[in-house]
Formats: sequence, structure tokens, C-alpha cells
Amino acid sequence: MFPSTFDYVRAGSVAEAISILDGSEDAKLIAGGHSLLPLMKLRLAAPSTLVDIGRLSELSFIEDRGDHVAIGALTRHRDLETSAVLKNSVPILSHVAGEVGDPAVRHRGTIGGSIAHGDGASDLPAAVLALDATMVVRSAAGERTVPATSFFKGFLETDLAQGEVLTEIRVPKTSGGWSYKKFNRRAQDWAIVGVAVVRNGSTRISLVNMGSTPLRASASENAINQGASIEEAAHLASEGIDPPSDLNASAEYRRHLASVLVRRALQEASA
Amino acid sequence: MTTTETTSGSKVLGQRVLRREDPELLTGEAKFSDDLAIPGALHMAVLRSTVAHGRITSIDTSAARSRPGVVAVYTYQDLKDDWAGPMPCAWPVTADMKNPAHFPLANGNVNYVGDGVAVVVAESKTAAVDALEAIEVDYEELDPVLDLEESISDSNVIHSEIGTNLSYTWELIPNKDAVDEAFAKAAHTVSERYIQQRLVPSAMEPRSVVVVPAPFGGDYTVYSATQVPHILKVMLALTVGISETKLRVVAPSVGGGFGSKLNVYAEEVLALALARKLRRPVRWTEERSENAVATIHGRGQIQNIELAADADGKVTAVRVNLVADMGAYLQLVTPGIPLLGAFLYHGVYDIPNYSFTCRSVFTNKTPTDAYRGAGRPEATYAIERAMDALARKLGVSAVEIRKRNFIPAESFPYSSSAGLVFDSGDYLTNFNKALDMVGMDELLAEKKLRIDAGSRKLLGIGISFFVEMCGLAPSRVLASLNYGAGGWEAATVRILPTSKIQVVTGTAPHGQGHETAWSMIVAEKLGVPMADIEVLHSDTAIAPYGMDTYGSRSLAVGGTAIHIATERVLDKAKAIAAHQLEVAEEDLDYAEGIFTVKGSPDRAFPLAAAAFEAFTAHNLPDGMEPNLEASVTWDPPNFTFPYGSHIAVVEVDTETGKVDLVRYQAVDDCGNRVNPLIIEGQVHGGIAQGVAQALFEEAAYDSAGNLLSATLADYLVPSAAELPSFELGETVTPSPTNPLGVKGIGEAGTIASTPAVMNAVVDALSHLGVENIEMPASPERVWRAIDGATRR
Repeated sequence: MFPSTFDYVRAGSVAEAISILDGSEDAKLIAGGHSLLPLMKLRLAAPSTLVDIGRLSELSFIEDRGDHVAIGALTRHRDLETSAVLKNSVPILSHVAGEVGDPAVRHRGTIGGSIAHGDGASDLPAAVLALDATMVVRSAAGERTVPATSFFKGFLETDLAQGEVLTEIRVPKTSGGWSYKKFNRRAQDWAIVGVAVVRNGSTRISLVNMGSTPLRASASENAINQGASIEEAAHLASEGIDPPSDLNASAEYRRHLASVLVRRALQEASA
Repeated sequence: MTTTETTSGSKVLGQRVLRREDPELLTGEAKFSDDLAIPGALHMAVLRSTVAHGRITSIDTSAARSRPGVVAVYTYQDLKDDWAGPMPCAWPVTADMKNPAHFPLANGNVNYVGDGVAVVVAESKTAAVDALEAIEVDYEELDPVLDLEESISDSNVIHSEIGTNLSYTWELIPNKDAVDEAFAKAAHTVSERYIQQRLVPSAMEPRSVVVVPAPFGGDYTVYSATQVPHILKVMLALTVGISETKLRVVAPSVGGGFGSKLNVYAEEVLALALARKLRRPVRWTEERSENAVATIHGRGQIQNIELAADADGKVTAVRVNLVADMGAYLQLVTPGIPLLGAFLYHGVYDIPNYSFTCRSVFTNKTPTDAYRGAGRPEATYAIERAMDALARKLGVSAVEIRKRNFIPAESFPYSSSAGLVFDSGDYLTNFNKALDMVGMDELLAEKKLRIDAGSRKLLGIGISFFVEMCGLAPSRVLASLNYGAGGWEAATVRILPTSKIQVVTGTAPHGQGHETAWSMIVAEKLGVPMADIEVLHSDTAIAPYGMDTYGSRSLAVGGTAIHIATERVLDKAKAIAAHQLEVAEEDLDYAEGIFTVKGSPDRAFPLAAAAFEAFTAHNLPDGMEPNLEASVTWDPPNFTFPYGSHIAVVEVDTETGKVDLVRYQAVDDCGNRVNPLIIEGQVHGGIAQGVAQALFEEAAYDSAGNLLSATLADYLVPSAAELPSFELGETVTPSPTNPLGVKGIGEAGTIASTPAVMNAVVDALSHLGVENIEMPASPERVWRAIDGATRR
């Protein structure tokens, strides 16, 4: 398990990281390293340069900003899990962060790293999707914001272009019920299927590991928001969705699980 | 602490003594093979076949050779004169067993994904690994043979030189007519088919080897993460063609083996051959993903088991037909693994008629070999699952069917229909204790309550009562099975001039705690502090004789050798003391390091003084040799037969199919208990490993023969988070086979727990009509079983 040879640069600021990315065709940012390094060790990824932003403390924060909470991209999962601000204002996010991997992973991994990696099987991308969060992206050209619904583009592919750095995630505060159902065989694993439900005015439902990106269960959402019963809505969980088959679950079983978990999550969020 | 009648006279044995090995292991100070600093060592990396079955049409190593830091790149053709023979298989179970030639690198054909194709030697590990990508190999791909029953049909033969995929057929049928008659007359029969999936042993420390040539003289020191330094020395001498007197094998700290390091591997042969060729130290450490394909796998059997029973449910015959997966080649003891279970398919039951047949076949997969329990988990699984099936057929409980069939306590020593003599046992007492501890009646009531309430979380209770044969083994019995070595163990105990004690053992611990346990045995006998005792092991220069550690043999065989050697040392010291005190030996008492004259306790002579006398030899009895030392090689007269009741309680989510193990009760009987702390550790780990087979682990292949579960993200080794706190109890039935009265505990948990859990899963769903679920009982498999049963 040795990665191919690569150059390593530790960036002293976001601006410096951006300028290094701009000068390279395939440089990759690294923060906690918990998504990228395994790919590199398996030689499924071989960036020529790693730009280490892990020590940019300016990007590690959780701030109450009135109607939303702003989270720095380099905030560790463990800090989300234990944040009083999140527990109070966006409790599902704090809960989901506590479901990621194991304690070692949670002390190293960062929310920005997880979201920028854009893995459809990861917990946090689905959580920010259900929360209708907004990503703040910086580049040499300035800053732009991207809603979560248009951030995740494909398998390990996001709206981030080369030369752009995800710096902040803005999460609307929630006041209604919520639930996160993570189904797996071992505690530290990725979800075989996961379901996040946020009731904040309307109900939003997102799915983990039901596709190459985190997905919204639109048919279920529409049904429940138009007054259908939880059972009826849950039946529609995988409508229009083409889940993967792998060692842990066939597509057919994933569809079944999605229905069961959406029902359970809606019940819990409504309780 | 639990004291027992049989050890209550002991001062040390039976105590929960903390393991003296642990401080250096837990603080990271222990040195494993990969930790050894060897100046000037070259690093080896092996290019492995990406094709399950194929012909190598070309290999181009030129680009790899010219990479920076690369010293050499070799293929089979380059090295064919660098070893003296093929990879060893030490267990030719039948005279006509087929054993295809197997070399450290593939000779023309590749036969599994992971088969070695070329080896790079470089100045650094990274240079060696990077160079692998520069080697160009072309394969002509052939259809792989992956399915056991397809293999046995010989429709596609893997090794054309032997002309068949069948390695051997082995039978144990003492009286075929009697078996047939029992089935003909049976009031009830069951016929079951079970699949033992392949498992990846997954020791925490991967394999590692370092070979250091001496500057002159032609001597080599081989450091290896092995369970078997002594066997490895013999086999490397023969395979590489180096005088055994020039080889020293050392197993430094070894991080688990579970049988996977009971072997002689291609990389050990390559490292030694290349150290000789290049005259430099050569080292190699396995990567985790290599471990999945290049270290042996365990299990891999299709089991057909039939039981015949009379109207009362008394089993009259058992007939077993196995197909066992050898993988692509025979490794050190591959063919013998099914035989280690072959005698135990009647389990703990008094079944008078016995028939066992095993056909062992090659497949285009990683070779199989010993994995914790080796043959005995498979046997226990089949009989314990089949007994539950019989109970369902008769409409009696899993408890009742067992009680009707136990070998009665009064029939020990028990001569089994398979030809073994079971040493000691009282199964019913053990079983009743387990039922009592787990609260079986309350569990059954709770199970019924949930069914009646239409709960989505059903309860299942699974019983497994196991017996195993361990303490491997009487050498003459091994001879009758064509095993290529004896089953003895060697020990030397010496008391040095300053009265410190060295214990030299031929066992090779790799996590078991031998240094602690062996010190306890000596401290018990001599009445001296454990701190004065040092245990030396796992270095053939220090412990020249040994049969190493596997098959739950080390305490029953190696511990006994130490016990007897200690007695002999004490006898010699007594003769010296008697001589010094001018009394007869029989007039001396001994306690806590001091000989005293009976009736005159003030006339005393310490053991320490006897040691010094033996050293100076100034005044020893006539004819006595100097020095206080005894060496013993113990060959046991029989196996030992540990047993126990294991009861698993699971909750099954009928909507998702997820199984949660919620309680686990084990009552083990391993004879006298030397250190309960170590016993409990072995049982805990053993149970976890057996639960892993039932619910989590599987070496899964795709249709091209690629291992899909080749990382620890995909191969689901469970952690503490997936397991309940185990509830343990014990009974103590000393073994008459050895003077310590001990049996063995290293494999017990693994042997017992797999069927306990699977019986529990089926029990939870049997009212729906579910009779079997293949392992591992993944959520999807369980969901499909429920779905299938409820649709019927």
C-alpha cells in the first residue's frame, strides 16, 4: 500500500493553495486525508502534487450567523459532533458527523474534505443535501456560492473546478424534526443505504449510497409534502433512482432498504 | 477468581496472572520482523498475476530493471536453478494424492489471482513497488475453475500434467454395510447441505521475512513472521538447498497467525534464495491487499451430511460427503485440513455407525490451508446444524435432541465409531450449567412473546455443543494419517549458578502468552518467584528442537514437556541436597525453594545452593554430571478433547434482514485451567472469529476469479462494536492424557460459535419455514430467506 511518487506542498494560506492549484494540472488538496490517501495507496489516484491545507486554522470554525450556521471547511468531524452551536441549531449535522467512520477517522477527517470528495456513499454530503446547505467556493477569480442541490455532479465529481477551494459550508438552522438512518453491517463502515430526513417547514429527504452522488428522494418528498401518508411516501423512496449493486447489497435490496429506512426516518422525524 | 477442586492445591496454577508479554506489546516496544533494522538490506516486491487462469505468453522486465534503485528483476526462468525443489507439502494424505508442481514463481501458467509472476529486488521498498508497474506481462487467458462441483467434473482441468482436478479421495468408513442398514431401518432421516465459505485469516501483522547472510561461512539468519520457525528451518533447508546447520530461523514478535503462518511461503524461499544469490540481506513485508490473495485462505467446503435416527430421535448413523477446496496448489498442510475434522462429524453424540468421505479438488483460487480450528469448525458446524434440523423434523427442542444423544459421562474413556478414544468428559453437566446460566426458559418465553406480538425484531436462540481433538498429537497417530512430522514437543529447564531459571521451549507463541503460562508451570513446581524465570523460544539457535504452535497443542504437549523437565531438575537438586545434608532423598521435604529434612525443619538446603553446587561441581554425588538442567521431549499418548456448550441469542430485523448478536453464553471445559485470564482471552477472540464466519466474512470472487473482498473495507472483520459482552462459565474435567490434566483452548471459541449463531438465525425464522441460510448471513441473504419463506 504505497502511493506513487508525488510532490508535497504545505500551503500557508488559502490564497497560496489556490495559486499552487492554478499552476498545476492535477494537484489535489489534502486536509484530513481520509478519502484521498486510501485511493492513492490503492493507486486509483496519482496526483503529481498534494497541497496540504490541513493546518489552515482560519478554515476551522463553527459560527452562529443568525439564520444559518457557517462551518469552516477544515472543521473536523469530531468538532461537528461535539459542537453546542450545531446541537442547538442543526442537530442532525452534529449527529451525522458522529456516525462517520470511527473515532480515529472523526478526529482527522474534515467536513470540507468529505463534501469536496463528493462520495455518494458518505454521510455528510447527504446530510448537507437534505439541509439545503450552501457551499462557499474561493478561487483566484473571487468567491462564489453553490447550493448543495447543484454541487454534486457525478461519481467523485463535484462542481469544484481545478483552482477552486471549498472554504465554508452554510447550513440553515432547523427547528423541526429530523432523523438519520444509517444501515450498515459494521459500525465503522460506509452506509449500505442511509436516509436523512429534515422537516423544516417542508420535508426534505436525502439518500446515501443509492447512486453515484448523494440523492434527494424527490418522489417521496413530493408525496409527503402533498399530504400522502408516511407509508405511501416511503414506497416511492427509490422512484427514478438506479442504485448500485455490490458485495453488500444488490440494487433490488437497496430499493427495499430505502423504502424501509425512509419510512422509519419519517416516523422518527414526525414523532 | 474461580477455584476448582483439581487446582485448589496450587499456588500459581489457576491464578489470573497478568501476561508478562503485554507491556512491550501494548507500548509498541515489541519488535516484529518489519521493525528490525538491517543495514544494507535489499527490498523485495512480487508481481502477482491479475489473471485467475492463464498462460504467460511474454514477460518483459527490461523497463523495470532500468528504473532507479532497482538491483534485479527475476522470473521463474531466471531462478529455476536457485532452489532445490518445489514448494513443500508435508501432508500427502494418500499414496496417490495428486500434487502439482508448485514453485515460488509461476512456471509458464498462472493459476490464481495473486500467483507470483516476477520478483523485483531494489534498494528501497518504494523503488521495488514502483518497478512492478514497469513489468509487462501478456497472458493468454484460460477459463477459470471456480466452483467446487464444476471442478470435480473435470470438464476444465487446471493442472494438465496431473490430468484431473481431484487431488485425492479420503474415506473413513469402518463398516459401510452397518451404515447402510442404519439408514434403511431409520424412522427419521435428515439430509443437509452446507457451504463453508472461504475465509481470509487476516492476522493483524501481515507476513514479513528478513534474510541476513553472514559475511562469510555461508550462514543465514531468517527472521520471519511465522508460527513454525522449526518446521520452516527444515523446509527451507530442503527447498532452497542450504545445509540445515547453516540456517537459523527466528520468529521475533509475531502478531497473530490463526494458522495462516503455519506454512512455508514463496516469499520466504525467494528471500533466502536471493540473499544467497546477491550476498546481501533481503527483506519483504506483505501489503494488506497482498495478504488477501497471497496468504492462504481458510475453510472452503461443500458439506453433505445425513443423519439416521430411530423413532425416539436417537441417532444411529451419520454419513458425510465433503468436497474440499484446495485452491490452486497444495501448501504445507493443505490436504490434511479436512482430515482434522474427519473424525468428529458425530460431535458429542453417541452415534454407532460412521461414514466419512472427502474429495479434495483444485480451483483457480488462493490455496487454502489451516485456519483456526482447521477441519474441526467445519465438522462441528455440520453436525450441530444437522442436529437442529433433526430436532425440527421430530418436533422436539434443540435441547432435548442433544440430551437424548450425548455420549454418557460414564462411558469415558469413550471409543468413538470413527476410531478415536475421547479422554474425559461430562457433557450433560456442562450443558445443564450453560442452559441455567443463559436462562433458557426465559429466553424461549421471550421468543414466543415476540412472535405472538407480531414483532419485527424476532428472537433466535442457537445451541452449539462442540468437542474437538487437539493437543496435536501422538506421533504414531500422525504417522497413520501420513503427516510428515511428529507431534512431540521439546523443553529444557536449567537453573543457572545464580539460581535464575531458563526455560527453553519448542513452542512458538504469536500472541498466546506462553512466556506467562510456562513460567507459571515452573513456578508452581519449584515454588520460586515467576520473576526468576525466563522463557526462551522461537529461535532455532536457542531452542534447536521444536514442533511449534498450532492445533491448540502448546500447553498440552509443550507445557507438559516443561512440567516434566522441571520435575527432573528438582529431582537432581534433591539428590544434591540429600548429599549435602547427608540424608536419604526420601527424607527430604521441599517447599518454596528449600529442601528440609523431615522432622528437622532447621536442617535445610536451598534450591539456590543446589544450583551453585551443580555449577562448581566441587562436591556432587558420585557419578553425577555437573549443572542443573534437564531436557525432555514429550510425545503425548493421545489427543485431548476439550468441549463445551455455546449458546447464541440473536435478534433478526424481519424488514431489513439484519441480524444482531445480542447475547452469547459459553461454558467451556478445557480440563485444568492454568491461567483463566488467558483462557478467557482465547475464548473471546475465538468466539469473535467464529461469529465473523457466521455473519460477516467471506472471500467473495467474481466470475473471472478476482477476489472482490480484497481490502478490509470489503472483507468484514467485525469489531467489538458488533459483538456483545460474552458471558463465560466453565466446568473442569481434567484430561488423563497428560500430568497437568489440561486440554487446550486456542480454537474452542471459533469451533463452537459459528453453528451457535447460525442455529440462532434459523431458529428465529424457522416458524416462517426458513430451514437454512448460507454464510455469512448477510442482511440481504436473511431478507431473501424471509421473503422466500413468506411467499411460499
